[in-house]
Amino acid sequence: MSTKASRSAARLMLAPAVILLLGWMLVPLTMTLIFSFQRYLPLRGGFQGWVGFENYVRFVTSSAFWPSVQATVIIVGGVLLITVTLGILLAILLDQPMWGQGMVRILVIAPFFVMPTVSGLVWKNMFMDPNNGLLSHLWRSFGADPIIWLSDVSMLSIVLIVSWQWLPFATLILLTAIQSLDSEQLEAAEMDGAPVLSRFWHIILPHLSRAITIVILIQTIFLLAIFAEIFVTTQGAFGTRTLTYLIFQRVLESQNVGLGSAGGIYAVILANIFALLLMRIVGKNLDR
Amino acid sequence: MARSVTLQRKSFNTLIAWIIGLLLFFPILWTILTSFKTEAQAIADPPVWFFFDWTLENYRVVQERSNYSRFLWNSIIIAGGSTILGMIIAIPAAWSMAFVPSNRTKDILLWMLSTKMLPAVGVLYPIYLIFIQLGLLDTRVGLTIVLMLLNLPIMVWMLYTYFKEIPGEILEAARMDGAGLKEEILYVLTPMAIPGIASTMLLNIILAWNEAFWTLNLTAARAAPLTAFIASYSSPEGLFYAKLSAASTMAIAPILILGWFSQKQLVRGLTFGAVK
Repeated sequence: MSTKASRSAARLMLAPAVILLLGWMLVPLTMTLIFSFQRYLPLRGGFQGWVGFENYVRFVTSSAFWPSVQATVIIVGGVLLITVTLGILLAILLDQPMWGQGMVRILVIAPFFVMPTVSGLVWKNMFMDPNNGLLSHLWRSFGADPIIWLSDVSMLSIVLIVSWQWLPFATLILLTAIQSLDSEQLEAAEMDGAPVLSRFWHIILPHLSRAITIVILIQTIFLLAIFAEIFVTTQGAFGTRTLTYLIFQRVLESQNVGLGSAGGIYAVILANIFALLLMRIVGKNLDR
Repeated sequence: MARSVTLQRKSFNTLIAWIIGLLLFFPILWTILTSFKTEAQAIADPPVWFFFDWTLENYRVVQERSNYSRFLWNSIIIAGGSTILGMIIAIPAAWSMAFVPSNRTKDILLWMLSTKMLPAVGVLYPIYLIFIQLGLLDTRVGLTIVLMLLNLPIMVWMLYTYFKEIPGEILEAARMDGAGLKEEILYVLTPMAIPGIASTMLLNIILAWNEAFWTLNLTAARAAPLTAFIASYSSPEGLFYAKLSAASTMAIAPILILGWFSQKQLVRGLTFGAVK
């Protein structure tokens, strides 16, 4: 249908985006890969020779590695559990008839638009501060000792802050998915006397399964990379040093570029596993 | 279409939903309220809610002491610049894939998506090094380019899904009437594509405004946008809650307002068209 001329014009229009993204991906990634095989300490003598896979071995055998994997799994897993579960319930609730539905939706979605450094600092100081935080006031008003959130229950605190940011995302996507559900089917089930729970299990949940998978995959990719929330609260102390934060410290704080780069390659591989799963779903969607 | 429910159930839904909604919104509301208090009132126990002497003092102090408007200006330049630059590159790319698809279009789209999944920390040092070499560290130009590249896949994808919805018959009709490629784009496609382009820009401004990995790591005093300005409050001296709140309120207000207009586009943009 399209002429030869329009085809080559189309290629020309596509070229800048492809070339830029190719460069953005290949150049730094190749550099990271090269660094990862070097002993490279910019502040202490610079390049000190090729070391093969030594950095890769040292990164996973260092005492900081397993705790950082644990912290990453707890944060990603905890936030997913909270946001997906509450997101499903909230999406079902917001789909019900009520007064002021649009306004409630705005209130629920708002946290997603708050920049990560603001939400980190607002929660850290105004809510979780052991002396002046609102939660401490609340605890004291019940006669209890305030919790020292970001050091005594540091992981829970981070999970709560990040969940607050991502619950709107899960809710919004699941709500969009629920609204495409055929309400006649639900009404028919309701009239047949199917109890609420069975309607949930047999109609709503199966309908949502694809949207839930997408929420899980997209959130996992973003949650693996959370940075600012930790940077402004604990700075990786009290067991909150995730894999991303550990690599950041190796590269920029202790300037051990070789070691950090090996960690970076691990992070790239990890993210790609989830990215491949996500792309298979998105790709199927393109064919329809 | 609306499901019929009893008044009782509707009231119950309304009550529960509003309680949850207000609870989730509360940290933002509390930040806004605190920004109008004095520092003493900001940490008062029991807390003061609405009945205090509202003051704009904090806003004045934040502006005077830290030159807030410079950070705001950096945020506007970086978010706006990366969006405009990105659109100039993304619109032709999305247009060509939507209207002149080849058998590699799908692969190219998926590959673009995969570049978005690259963990930033994996390429932190190379980018840092390139920035030093090119003199881009702590410059608005450098950050604008990085944020443009970071969000380019989302822009292309979102535009692609919008352009795909423009029916091909209209193009054919225009061609029959003798319209060339230029007329086709200018008079037929552009008017139909404007809503999609506007939504894409809106979402992109939000994402760029809130980006907090590269903005924290690639800027210092000169080019720092609001994300980095707020982060400077993480090591406090003395009483500062009211000032932190004032600075935070100013940093999030524009995006909260833009965000409320972009709920639908958010879903499409962030799920790469997989949920509409």
